[in-house]
Amino acid sequence: MASIDVRQTPDGTEPTWTGALRRRLVASLPPDQLLPDRQPAYVASWIYVFGVATLAALLAVIVTGTILVLEGPIWWHTSTVGHFVNSLHLWSVELFFFCMVVHLWGKFFMAAWRGRRALTWMIGALAFVGSIGTAFTGYLVQTNFDSQWISTQAKDGLNSVGIGAWFNVLNTGQMLLWHVMLLPLIIGVLTIWHILLVRRRGVVPPFGAAESVQAAEAEPEATA
Amino acid sequence: MTATKMHRAASPEAAKWAGPTRRYDLLKEFVIACGVVAVIVVALAVVLGSPDDRAVSIRQWSHVTPNDFVLTAATELDGTSPTATYGAPYSYTSDAGQKLGPLPLADWGGVRQPVDTTNDFVVNPLRTIVGDAALTSALQTWTRAPDSVRQGWASAYDKALSAAPDNNPARVKPGNYGPVPVMLNRLLGMARSGGLDGALTSSSGFYAFNYTKPLLLLSDGSYLSGLATAQHLAGDQWGMMNETGNFPGQAWLWLYTFWYQISPFNSSGNADALVWGLMALLTLGFILVPFIPGIRSIPRLIPIHRLIWRDWYSEHPDRPAGPPTGPPTEPRPRADMSA
Amino acid sequence: MLTAGLIDLNHPGYYLHWGVIQVSLANAIVILLMIVVFAAAILLPFPRSRG
Repeated sequence: MASIDVRQTPDGTEPTWTGALRRRLVASLPPDQLLPDRQPAYVASWIYVFGVATLAALLAVIVTGTILVLEGPIWWHTSTVGHFVNSLHLWSVELFFFCMVVHLWGKFFMAAWRGRRALTWMIGALAFVGSIGTAFTGYLVQTNFDSQWISTQAKDGLNSVGIGAWFNVLNTGQMLLWHVMLLPLIIGVLTIWHILLVRRRGVVPPFGAAESVQAAEAEPEATA
Repeated sequence: MTATKMHRAASPEAAKWAGPTRRYDLLKEFVIACGVVAVIVVALAVVLGSPDDRAVSIRQWSHVTPNDFVLTAATELDGTSPTATYGAPYSYTSDAGQKLGPLPLADWGGVRQPVDTTNDFVVNPLRTIVGDAALTSALQTWTRAPDSVRQGWASAYDKALSAAPDNNPARVKPGNYGPVPVMLNRLLGMARSGGLDGALTSSSGFYAFNYTKPLLLLSDGSYLSGLATAQHLAGDQWGMMNETGNFPGQAWLWLYTFWYQISPFNSSGNADALVWGLMALLTLGFILVPFIPGIRSIPRLIPIHRLIWRDWYSEHPDRPAGPPTGPPTEPRPRADMSA
Repeated sequence: MLTAGLIDLNHPGYYLHWGVIQVSLANAIVILLMIVVFAAAILLPFPRSRG
């Protein structure tokens, strides 16, 4: 990655904030790195599809959730179409966690944090934890027996560490807003950041691969 | 050489990949993934559906187990119910809040969801009833009596009701209970009509999104918990992971609920705080795996990566994974090493 | 038609017990499936595409 002085404009004029931001963004993630159509030869295993599968499942969660939003939180109890959309939402969440955990197992055993990729791991881990919280608020706003039981149980855990004083799981209105707006926004930001980090750093190479490529590059120079 | 280039030379794994590449269509892969996910999700929804066990109400509770309702109401009135003795965030009760070691985290949260069980659950709802002379008179007697007398009546009735066969109000031994039997009898009637559900939900105004009061009252009784236990949803049944019926639940909560099943958590009054504290620590550890010696070495020790990258290793056998011979490949806590 | 699925899962859950461990059959199937899918993802050959 070339170091670019963002204060300099090509024609030497006064730099703008906009221009400086653009030059910085393009420098850190050039377009052909943001949307590459080639990838390292070692990316050749079915384990690699679970990242994009998780993303696709998240999209399904959001789309089905949006349909539920259109009709309000009680609709699905009295409408067969609504119940079907709720089923779609539930199974897309189950698939989302399924794929995310398989993706996580793969990334762990690849030690995918190597080579300045620790932040990618950390943001992914945060997204996992955040997803659990988002799913939890989802269960609370089902507005059925499950919600009643889960809320009256969960309150004890949250109250025991003082969080329940603000985050009141028995307040269905508060939980609905957190579930539908605040937490998805946080998950969305974390997901986008995670993906951008993967594009920026590239997919982690096999153990020893980067060194062997570097050594192969150095050899012609050594014999020159 | 710039600082960036020197840094890159020290960490080959961080460098842009300079080895063989292949053509790959990310967007097409994403579209295919969306298609596959859509098919799987629709199939699962059609074949398995989703659970929707109806919410229970105080009305239902009072019809199905009226004695349990009245007994619970008696404990709300005399301030001995789980909610009344809970402490923060519902009320100021000394020594009630859980502690994490020496830290009274529950109390630090403060009483921000105040609930006065005597008045919120019993007296104030009863005041909304009109045209019942006996109730009006009972409430007047209650209001005019000093605190200690009221407490005496309520406690005595609670004790007597607990001792009565089947907790049946009709079989309570005679005693000095003041207006309490009439009040609780009318509260049962109000519950049966559905009026108590409404009164508790709309106690703060017409529009109600906050179900704190009716849910706390429900959770103080045995009806809700009985239904939950029958569905394997109780805390000591790994309930946190489970769902009603035969549906899969939240398998990802396995470690969170595990601790509640074993000692010392399963017999501690501070179980919730202890489990939360422990899980917060483990979660932090999970997030910081790249920096934890030992944990971050597991992928080398259990070389599943050799299966994932077997094609690469078979074509490039000269540098197998093992003790690094070149520059270090794992992040070290150096000042210039931004994660 | 669409309220319950083709297979009605709204019956009392079936639970497996092993010492202190209690797990619903549904959850056990999900967890097992995840392990199987992970193993398959690692072991199944990935098609070699055009370079």
